[in-house]
Amino acid sequence: MVQAHPRNRSWHEECQALADGIRRRVLSHTVAHGGYLSQACSSAEVIGYLYGRGMDLGPSEGPLVPPPFAGAPAKGNSDHVNGMIYNGKRKANKDRFFLSPTHYALTLYAALIESGRLGPDGLSQFNADGSTVEMIGGEHSPGLETNGGSFGQTISQAAGVAWARRRKGDTGKVWIFLSDGECQEGQVWEAIMAMAFQKLDNVHIVVDNNGQQVDGRTEDVMALEPLDAKFTAFGAHCLRIDGHDLAALDAAFRTPHPGKPLVVIADTDPTRNIGLLKERWPNLHYIRFANEDERARYADALTAMEN
Amino acid sequence: METISRVHAKALADWGGAHPEAVVLSGDLTASCEADAFRDAYPDRFLSMGLAEQNMLSFAAGLAREGFRPLVHTFAVFMYRRALDQIEMSIAYPNLPVRIVGFLPGVTTPGGASHQAINDIAVLRSVPNMTIIEAGDATEVESMLEVADGVDGPVYCRMLRGALPRLFPASDRMRLGRARLLSDGAEIALLSSGICTEEAMRAVDALKARGVSVRHLHVSTLKPFDDPQVLDACRAAKLGVITMENHTRLGGLGTCVAELMAEHGIGKRQIRVALNDVYLQGASSKFLMARYGIDAAALLRAVEELAGNPLGIGEDDLGDARTDNYFFEKQQEAL
Repeated sequence: MVQAHPRNRSWHEECQALADGIRRRVLSHTVAHGGYLSQACSSAEVIGYLYGRGMDLGPSEGPLVPPPFAGAPAKGNSDHVNGMIYNGKRKANKDRFFLSPTHYALTLYAALIESGRLGPDGLSQFNADGSTVEMIGGEHSPGLETNGGSFGQTISQAAGVAWARRRKGDTGKVWIFLSDGECQEGQVWEAIMAMAFQKLDNVHIVVDNNGQQVDGRTEDVMALEPLDAKFTAFGAHCLRIDGHDLAALDAAFRTPHPGKPLVVIADTDPTRNIGLLKERWPNLHYIRFANEDERARYADALTAMEN
Repeated sequence: METISRVHAKALADWGGAHPEAVVLSGDLTASCEADAFRDAYPDRFLSMGLAEQNMLSFAAGLAREGFRPLVHTFAVFMYRRALDQIEMSIAYPNLPVRIVGFLPGVTTPGGASHQAINDIAVLRSVPNMTIIEAGDATEVESMLEVADGVDGPVYCRMLRGALPRLFPASDRMRLGRARLLSDGAEIALLSSGICTEEAMRAVDALKARGVSVRHLHVSTLKPFDDPQVLDACRAAKLGVITMENHTRLGGLGTCVAELMAEHGIGKRQIRVALNDVYLQGASSKFLMARYGIDAAALLRAVEELAGNPLGIGEDDLGDARTDNYFFEKQQEAL
């Protein structure tokens, strides 16, 4: 799938190229418009790994330039298109991807571009009126299958999909990307409890544990740690790794977990490779520049990254 | 009048036998919601979801995305109140064919305000893509699943359990968007729904004996609300329109009718016999219907107000009220 890169690269190099591309595209977009930058910094290796190696997806079925929004699903609206087509055709042996925190949409669109599933111009429609390339993506947005909001719902929906796929005999896995902050929602734990009860071992969950949420540091807003012990106690097979270490990600997702959903807590740094962000810590949720001087400094960081 | 017990239990199990895509989810109220016969017959298509309704509703949406037809069972309040966002964002937005089978509408439980669904129609009527049907007797409970199955989207089934009267012939099934004409008359249009129809029928014969002619329609589809019979009845009513429902006066059948009349310029007086925008208490249905004014006597007061004079109808003139002493031994809770 990674058509832009030479075929003789290792998977590790390809995934790192995806991760670097995600950060670069999101920083570029942020310099121009502001945006959800820290999420790209924290999750670039995780998303790069999922699209470059972890997930077994078919080729994209979506147009390189996303269609405009055709209205919400409804009786009589046959024009609605679900964004899952960018993750390939539904097939019994193929994986499915569910992004829960849909404010990571910009990161996901960047990953789709970097992996050749979306055209480079796809981001030109980002947040434009009438576009499907929305800032907080919906189920019509490229790469998404569900409306994530409010938090905690996607994991339960994906659990239902996983139960149904097991019953149908599908061999493909169900991948769920969670953020740490949303684990404050009770529904997340209801879902883990249900997946463990139903022994849904066709589920792979990754948590981007970047330690920050809208109001600041996660441990100051509503403490979550020890997060791995919580997932384990609720019946998941839980591993905790450095979320910027591709080899560790790969090893974690190859761990056998019979009869249990697999949860990988990826400890990540929301300022990774963009040191300027440390000045804003812990208020990193959305980057809106205070003045042109600050914007210029991020533009310089982009130039440095591009070289 | 014939009374039948555990109507939904049999209907659901029969449905499961004929429909391999049917999956039942239950929130720890399986016998209480008459899903136990399905559970026993098709254990591999029965999902015990515990006391976790938010997960249960979103999980059902995931099943529906994969081609199953989930039937979610618990008391209505634990769905439309506790898990409304899940109903909206996981189920209604994607227009998925999940059947939300909600028990204990209005006064049908002594469980008090925490158990009584008094504004479910008002809330769910405002949810895009939602269809709402309500059962008024055994025949309608027997019809609910097939009516819902004809809808390619979410359906809220306002369900009854326990011992139910058979008001309508078993062969005369519920039809989506089609009210039942129970009596004809020119002076008053009476539109009733759910358990209020049985109560209204007690009064209509007495009214006729006093020379008040009533066109009585039983309404089982609350959304969409587009049955031309309802509009015709409102237009034709000389004295006015009465709506009667086991629901708050805000947002239910009465509101549907008022909106319809306003939009069609029908300037008729309407009286809503309904719960009066208050929470109830835990008590028997019969007591609550009288106390909160949705029984036959309340209907007679409404007719007198429209007619402008006392009718002189007493309790003795009304048809017999049915006493419900039903209890199912496998039902684990007290309600």
